[in-house]
Amino acid sequence: MGKHVLLVEDETNIIEAIRFLLSREGWQVDTHSDGATAVGAVRDTRPDLLVLDYMLPGKNGMDILKELRADPDFAKMPILMLTARGQSRDRDEAERAGVSRFMTKPFSNTEVLTAVRDLVQLAR
Amino acid sequence: MAREALAGTRIRERRIMTGFKQADLARSLGISASYLNLIEHNRRRIGGKLLLDIASALGVDPSVLTEGAEAALIATLREAAASAGMSTPEAERVDEFAGRFPGWAEALAATHRRIAQLERTVETLSDRLAYDPNLAASVHEVLSTAASIRATASILAEDPDLSLEWRGRFHANLDTDSQRLADSSKALVGFLDAETGEAASGLSTQEEVEAFLTANTYRFDSLDADASNVADVLADAPELTTDAARRVARTVLRRIAADRSALSDAALRAAAAEHGQDPIAIANTCGVPVSLAMRRLALLTQDSLGLVIADRSGSLIFRKAITGFSIPRHGATCPLWPVFEAQARPGAVVCTRVEMLGRGTALFDCYAIADVVGPSAANVAPLTEATMLIVPVSADERSSGASASALPLGPSCRICPRARCPGRREPSILSEGF
Repeated sequence: MGKHVLLVEDETNIIEAIRFLLSREGWQVDTHSDGATAVGAVRDTRPDLLVLDYMLPGKNGMDILKELRADPDFAKMPILMLTARGQSRDRDEAERAGVSRFMTKPFSNTEVLTAVRDLVQLAR
Repeated sequence: MAREALAGTRIRERRIMTGFKQADLARSLGISASYLNLIEHNRRRIGGKLLLDIASALGVDPSVLTEGAEAALIATLREAAASAGMSTPEAERVDEFAGRFPGWAEALAATHRRIAQLERTVETLSDRLAYDPNLAASVHEVLSTAASIRATASILAEDPDLSLEWRGRFHANLDTDSQRLADSSKALVGFLDAETGEAASGLSTQEEVEAFLTANTYRFDSLDADASNVADVLADAPELTTDAARRVARTVLRRIAADRSALSDAALRAAAAEHGQDPIAIANTCGVPVSLAMRRLALLTQDSLGLVIADRSGSLIFRKAITGFSIPRHGATCPLWPVFEAQARPGAVVCTRVEMLGRGTALFDCYAIADVVGPSAANVAPLTEATMLIVPVSADERSSGASASALPLGPSCRICPRARCPGRREPSILSEGF
C-alpha cells in the first residue's frame, strides 16, 4: 500500500479531483471536510502527509496547523496548505506556524503532485 | 509681517500680473511713481479712496488687496505647515508667502485640501476592506471554484485513458463549477461596481443614506402618506450615488411615511407638550407602539434627539447622531448600550441614564425597546429589531448631580477610556496605548 494522505478540504469537486490525482499515483487518500474535527481526524489516521485547506467550516486551517505543531507527535509531519488567501501576511503567518509548503488557489495538478512527492521524500 | 501690512505686496503682484507698468498705474491714479513704489514695498499704509482706485484700476475687489479674501487660504496654509511639521519661524511667514506668491500659495493649499480628502477616502475604504466580509467571501468563492475547474479540466485534458465513468463525473463537475464560477464572478463584479461608486463619494451605503437624511433634516414633507411618490423623492437625492444606497433609502422613506400616517405631526406635538420627550407616555396617549413614538420624536426634533436601530445581530441599521453621543461608523459598538439589553426582553421598555465617555462626558436618558419583526413560526425564535431613543439630560439636572447613578459606557472598546469594564472586548487605544 502507498503512502497515506489526509486531505482536509470542504469543496466537493476539489476533493474529487485531488483524490483522483493522488490515488492514480498510488497514494491512499482519506478526506475530511470539517475544520472543527480535523485535528482529531489527523490523530486518528496519522497520515504521512496532510493537505490542508485554509478556509474551512468550524475551524480554519491556520488554527489547525498551530494545534498540530504544538503536539510533539505531529511537529514534523509534512503539511501542504492550500488557500485562496494569497496575502503575504497569511503566508508569513503559516510559515511561522510551521507549514511545510504554502500553495495558493488556483493551483495546477502538477504543482500539487510535485509538492506532495517532495514533502514525503523530505520526511523520509 | 502682519497680513494687513502686505496690501502693497499684493498690489505689486496684481499689477505685474495684469501687465501694468508702475509709472503708468501711478499716472492713472494721480500719484507719483515713487509713492506707488513705497506703497508696493509696504512702506506706506494704504486705505480709503486710494485703495478703491487701485483696486478699480487693477480690476479686482478691494478685499482681494486687503486681508479678508485670503483668510481661508491663510488658514489652510497654516494647516499644511503644521501637518508638515514646519519649523515655527518659517511657518509664521505664511502671510508673507500668500501675499508674495498667491498662485503658489493657492496651489499648495489646494494640494493640502486634496491630500486631506484622499486620506479620508483611504481611511473609509480601508475600514470597509477590513470590516467587509462580503468581499473576502466573494473572492474566496471565485478562487476556489477556479481551482476546482483547473484541476478537473487538467485531468480531462491530460489523461486520454480516463474511464467513461470518471470522464462523466468530471464533466458533470465542470458543468456545476462553471455555473458556480459564472454566478460568483457576476456577484463579485456587481459588488466591485457598487464599491467604485462608493469610492467616488468615499462613503459606505449606510453613510450615503445618512447623508441623504441629514441633507433633508429628516423631514420629507412632500412624501405622500402611502409613500407612492418615493421614486420622485429619490430622484432628487444627489447624496445617493449607488443602487444599494437608493434601495436602503427607499425602505427608510416608506417607514417614515407609515410612521407619519400612524402619528401625525399635530398629534405628536400635542402629546409632547403634555409629556415632554417621554416616548412611553406619548405612545400610550396616542395609541401607537413605543418604538414608533421614538422614531417620530427623534425625526421631528431634528438635532436634539438621537436614535439608533439594531437588528438581532447587533448591527446598527439606522443611526441618527446627536452631539455628545458617539456612534461608531464601523465595527461593533459598546455592548452596554441599552439597545442591546432591550434585545433580551422583547416588548419591555428599558430606561437607563447613561454617561457617554470620550472627549469629555455627556449624560443621556436612553429608552430602548425590541419589537418582534417578520413572520412567526412554530419553535423558531423570532427576529427582533431594537430601537433606542437618546435624550440629552438637561443642564439643570446635570448640575444637580444627575450623573451619580448613570451607567458609564462608550462608543466602542477601542476608543473608550473606561478601565475594568465588564463588556470590554479589546484594549483601548486611549487608556492602554494600543
